[in-house]
Amino acid sequence: MEIEEVYSSRELDRVEGKAVNELIARSQQVIPDPDKWLDEELERNVLLTSVDAVLNWARRTSMWPVVCFPACCAFEFITTEASRFDLSRFGMEIVRASPRQADLMITAGTLTWKMAPQVKRIYDQMAEPKWVIAMGACAISGGIFASSYSVVPGYNRIIPVDVYLPGCPPRPEALIHAIRMLHQKISRKSLISGGE
Amino acid sequence: MTLALSAKDVAKKIEKKYQGCVAESAAENLLVKGESLLEVAAYLKDTPGLDFDYLTAVSGVDYLDCFEVVYHLTSIKHNHSLVLKARCYDRDNPVLPSVVGLWRTADFQEREIYDLLGISFTGHPNLKRIALWEGFEGHPLRKDFL
Repeated sequence: MEIEEVYSSRELDRVEGKAVNELIARSQQVIPDPDKWLDEELERNVLLTSVDAVLNWARRTSMWPVVCFPACCAFEFITTEASRFDLSRFGMEIVRASPRQADLMITAGTLTWKMAPQVKRIYDQMAEPKWVIAMGACAISGGIFASSYSVVPGYNRIIPVDVYLPGCPPRPEALIHAIRMLHQKISRKSLISGGE
Repeated sequence: MTLALSAKDVAKKIEKKYQGCVAESAAENLLVKGESLLEVAAYLKDTPGLDFDYLTAVSGVDYLDCFEVVYHLTSIKHNHSLVLKARCYDRDNPVLPSVVGLWRTADFQEREIYDLLGISFTGHPNLKRIALWEGFEGHPLRKDFL
């Protein structure tokens, strides 16, 4: 028997058609609804997601900054707060005077050694989890005052820093970029693995 | 506008009362000897016609061979002003009398000069560092700092 006679192209088509029809027939049964036991009102109001996703979402979309603005970068921060750049889009329009109600420290300005214990204390008083954006050249390295006898050469000498934002001073767009970077960092965090 | 008094005229008045107190009188400023600073200052404050009732500023200068402290005096009553200066030559232990007893303005400003230049003001009620912290070594506004 010639192979071509048994497996003619027509025969191949028939085999294929049968397989497709069988697959369709098998997949016709209704998939059971896991929420069926819920009543309709409840069902419409429940979303399922992972704990990490919802926790990180909540944390990054309502970060309240603490007051720590020792120098001129503060004005860029104020501009970022105000209507043109509108920091409330990110849920962080409230600047907290109390560190116990804040999650984020934006270190907007030159820090002197005499002021350093106060900043350290404010950071220590903030509740976990907390983040720090080092805003501007002075906050990163002391800037033009790096070799001064009275200036802290970078906030990372006294507190841990999450995002370094260069500029002298950085424009509001740059600050928003830094905040978005911090959002990305927070969304990578995980309760189990601890994130990065 | 506040009238700047001729330092030479004021120097003559002072010399009449306190002989040998004035070290040098230029057109705009009056340099007095450190040890007689306090009585000259009191005279300028309390003499009718002068009445320097307001101390605008106190500042310190390092000229390497001496320290100079500059007092900007103003009379609100007569709307005139005068620049008073005093020097100390001992670099290791510069001392001047404090004028806090006459003008309270001098309190923080003398502390600042003490902090940054290391000039001691005798009679100051609370002479300690103001801008820098306790335990800081040296006086950073001195020309030979570093």
